[in-house]
Amino acid sequence: MTVLLSTILTLSVLGILAAVILYFVAQKFKVEEDPRIDEVEKMLPGANCGGCGFAGCRAMAEAMVLRDDISALYCPVGGAECMKSMASYLGKVAPEKEPTVATVRCGGVCSKRPRTNEYNGTKSCVMASSFYVGETACAYGCLGYGDCVEACAFDAIKVNPETGIAEVDADKCTACGACVKACPKGIIELRKKWPKNRAVYVSCVSKDKGAVTMKACKAGCIGCGKCAKVCAFGAITVENGVAYIDSQKCKLCRKCVNECPTGAIVLKGMDPLPKEPKAPAAKPAAAAVKPAAKPAAEPKKVEVAEKKESVNEQK
Amino acid sequence: MKTFPIGGVHPSDNKKWSCAKAIEVLALPDVVNIPLGQHIGAPATAKVAKGDKVLTGQLIAEATGFMSANIHSPISGTVTAVDMQPNGQGLRQMMITIKREGDEWMPEIDRSTEVKRECELDSAAIIAKIKDAGIVGMGGATFPTHVKLSIPNGCKAEFLIINGVECEPYLTSDHRTMLERGEELLVGVEILKKALGVEKAIIGVENNKPDAIANLNKIIAEKKFPIVVEPLKVQYPQGGEKQLIAAITGRQVPPPPGLPIHVGAVVCNASTAVAVYEAVQKNKPLIERVVTVTGKAVKEPRNLLTRMGTPIATLLEMAGGLPEGEVKVVNGGPMMGRVMVNVDSPVTKGCSGITVFSGEDVRRVPTSECIKCAKCVAACPMGLEPYLLQRLAAKQMWEEMEAERIPDCIECGCCQYTCPAGIALLDYVRLGKQTVMGIIRARAAAAAAAKK
Amino acid sequence: MANKFIVATAPHMHNPHSTQSLMRDVILALLPALGLSVAVYGLSVLYVTAIAVVSCVLVEYLIQKFLFKGAPTICNLSAVVTGMLLAFNLPSNIPWWIIVIGAVVAIGVAKMTFGGLGHNPFNPALVGRVFLLIAYPVQMTSFPQPVGDEYVDAFAGATPLAALKSHAIEVGDVNLLNMFAGIMPGSMGEIAAAALLVGGLYMLWRRVITWHIPVAVLGSMAVFAFIVALTQGGGELLYAMPAFHLLAGGAMLGAIFMATDYVTSPMTPKGMIIYGIGIGVITMIIRLWGAYPEGMSFAILLMNAVTPLINKYVKPRRFGVTTAKK
Repeated sequence: MTVLLSTILTLSVLGILAAVILYFVAQKFKVEEDPRIDEVEKMLPGANCGGCGFAGCRAMAEAMVLRDDISALYCPVGGAECMKSMASYLGKVAPEKEPTVATVRCGGVCSKRPRTNEYNGTKSCVMASSFYVGETACAYGCLGYGDCVEACAFDAIKVNPETGIAEVDADKCTACGACVKACPKGIIELRKKWPKNRAVYVSCVSKDKGAVTMKACKAGCIGCGKCAKVCAFGAITVENGVAYIDSQKCKLCRKCVNECPTGAIVLKGMDPLPKEPKAPAAKPAAAAVKPAAKPAAEPKKVEVAEKKESVNEQK
Repeated sequence: MKTFPIGGVHPSDNKKWSCAKAIEVLALPDVVNIPLGQHIGAPATAKVAKGDKVLTGQLIAEATGFMSANIHSPISGTVTAVDMQPNGQGLRQMMITIKREGDEWMPEIDRSTEVKRECELDSAAIIAKIKDAGIVGMGGATFPTHVKLSIPNGCKAEFLIINGVECEPYLTSDHRTMLERGEELLVGVEILKKALGVEKAIIGVENNKPDAIANLNKIIAEKKFPIVVEPLKVQYPQGGEKQLIAAITGRQVPPPPGLPIHVGAVVCNASTAVAVYEAVQKNKPLIERVVTVTGKAVKEPRNLLTRMGTPIATLLEMAGGLPEGEVKVVNGGPMMGRVMVNVDSPVTKGCSGITVFSGEDVRRVPTSECIKCAKCVAACPMGLEPYLLQRLAAKQMWEEMEAERIPDCIECGCCQYTCPAGIALLDYVRLGKQTVMGIIRARAAAAAAAKK
Repeated sequence: MANKFIVATAPHMHNPHSTQSLMRDVILALLPALGLSVAVYGLSVLYVTAIAVVSCVLVEYLIQKFLFKGAPTICNLSAVVTGMLLAFNLPSNIPWWIIVIGAVVAIGVAKMTFGGLGHNPFNPALVGRVFLLIAYPVQMTSFPQPVGDEYVDAFAGATPLAALKSHAIEVGDVNLLNMFAGIMPGSMGEIAAAALLVGGLYMLWRRVITWHIPVAVLGSMAVFAFIVALTQGGGELLYAMPAFHLLAGGAMLGAIFMATDYVTSPMTPKGMIIYGIGIGVITMIIRLWGAYPEGMSFAILLMNAVTPLINKYVKPRRFGVTTAKK
């Protein structure tokens, strides 16, 4: 009995002693921290994706609390709502930003962009691109080894095995920008996110001359500039032989989509405009009448493009 | 027998396919493409435009700054384009296209074959002539030779080392050059010695070329050249600049940013020495070189004296064409050469050989888990731990890689060669090196900007 | 074009070694010891080895197929090596179900739990052996009589080390030549010092292992024994003691085959030597002053645990950093 008692007593005394020591140590080494940081961190999505430019949500929360001007801070994952609630909690002004979505600007699917060799090295876009042109003759197109897939923390981007090109699931995409950084070809861009995932964009970034682009890929932008001429909002510019649609200026009028000879301008989430009957005679009727039943980005027939090439070369 | 102190591997040398084939002169090409960037440093600036007539040996592109090299026309004819063309890796690069008309040479070039030994020029004049001739390291690194010969202040050259090692398996262009153009090579070495103001010159040759060693020794004895030939153990990468210096002098070049000159050594390739001879004694710029075309399945492996800019496809045809089916065409040797996807691309100054693989050899061995056998650590000639670097690179831990001395890596490929699990160690190490070097440069630039 | 171009970055050559070929060489190196063991203990040795190998391979196959759902890994032969090494650590008269338990622990617990070959921190065969030693001490330490054993009278059925521990014999009493030839009680594989050495030389010749670990282990054991002999009065002990300790128990098997296991040993030559010395010293401490007569397996497992630390702090010699005069 005495053994039992003494054991219990000794252990209790030891426990109390340890508790006292711990208490004082904790007091001595206590780190003063703004309790609001914890609160703000709770409001953040907690994805730790780094899309804000900080190492993680905690670092972002610290910056939110410590900085007086938070206009440069933005959480792409949480979006405007999250920013607003944090700002109102902290009594600061939230930056206004439209939602964006990652967009893969390459349309060089296997059927349009023939493979000229087989890559037997480590499957990594950054390694392959630092070494050579890639499995096709286009030095600008998607390599399809999935560096962006690795970078994505939200399972929102996948390489489609049939096309060999990365595809974004717009509903899962949080526009954190990790894939944009991971892509060595600079193909992925954060573009304005329209309702119902509608989009119009040039699905090509090839700076090659039109003839070179055509040879490598039948879906490439040849820089003919027809889209820029037809655009009523000045949203399209052609530079270095490739067209670019400014998603801020674009009004989704879709005129450029019909104009593009190679089908490099992709339309998503909407039906294309009906073909205008008084369009230039160069368009064969077969290509012009396309059933509108198929939405999405069915590129136009290619024969048209080849005829249009003279236009490009005059430039 | 001498060799380097750390690591190394012993790939089978496969020289037998082409080492007995005497150098043949390849017929003049009808059209050549001359890239403006075919050396380390800034690409040259084109001096000709479409429609210009050029003579063989005429300057067509001028060095852009100190770290660059002149480029001369390898044939006579008309410039048909100065435009972007795909190189061997399919990437577009600025090239001058010349269509051949006859074979008219610049008048000041001495085309006689007799060997001219006396050289009255002083050091500065020799270096100027080498610079004019656009000579770069012909072993593959293509470092401009005049830059190498211009000793920075505070350093002193003590040795000239001539790299006749040719440790890359398959390749035999330096081997044949040493055999057939021994005397010119030795005169070139004498000229290089004079340019550097050094007394000692050593030619390092791997011991699998006994005929080349004997030939050089014979000429040295007969013609009384104060030059030593040092036979070296057959071990890859014996021909790496740092390894060669360590093997011959016992001195180790300090880690980056250490340079060979910091241990008093200057290393030049054997073929470069011949080019130096031609430039200084014969006024002939660097417009041709010996290219080995070889491979197990190549019907007629050859050593071809080729004008720069000749399409590689022409050389392959001369060797009996590509074997059927899957092929891997490598510009250079199997350990460090670059695979080509475009065989219409031209021969450049650094192209010492075309190695063709076919059948089973075209693909990498299957990959399995690392078993930590430590063979890569034992093989690394720079004393690195490739297995660790590979893991760090895969996790993008660049700072840790820098702490693990990644800038030391010479990308020789020993680690990947030796890995029993077939892991692509060098792919990751190379990626890590590129990234870390970029970080280091950015840091230096930021520091320089902060100083101002 | 008729040709298909294959692209990869350099190097484009690979040496003929593969994981499988290395393991095959280890198996070949183990065969002499297996042969000698059959000569000493009879055909039961083959029976035990077969059960150990088959159950190791089977356990790996099943785990890989049904738990990892990955491609089969048994073709790399590492499970065969583990099975053989486990068998070598068992007495030849052990019941079959104990062998199977050992295999399950070795492969299932010590290897596959950590992710399979290349990821296990401890030598699987040794984990299996130590588990059995603790769980079934009687079966694991009663050995059959070797054929033609001459010192049966002195310490029947006990290994020389166990006999030494219980003061049944003195170091000087033992016939060292018999021990070298494997005529002594002990585990199937550990008795045959001569055959193990042959296997070790074969692996050195084939460049499967380097000399660093075996030499460091055996060398440090010999030096340790020598020093102890000095303190105990010297004389004949000076050579008998080191020789006895090198030949007794698992010294040879451990130094040549167990400590050199790729996965669990350090990566740099310097690290290997530190690791080897650690094993030698710990083994001798356990043998001389510990509760167990033999400490090789414990020493190796302890140093296995230190291996990551050695890898972190012991770096290879860097090219260009030299103390030699300029």
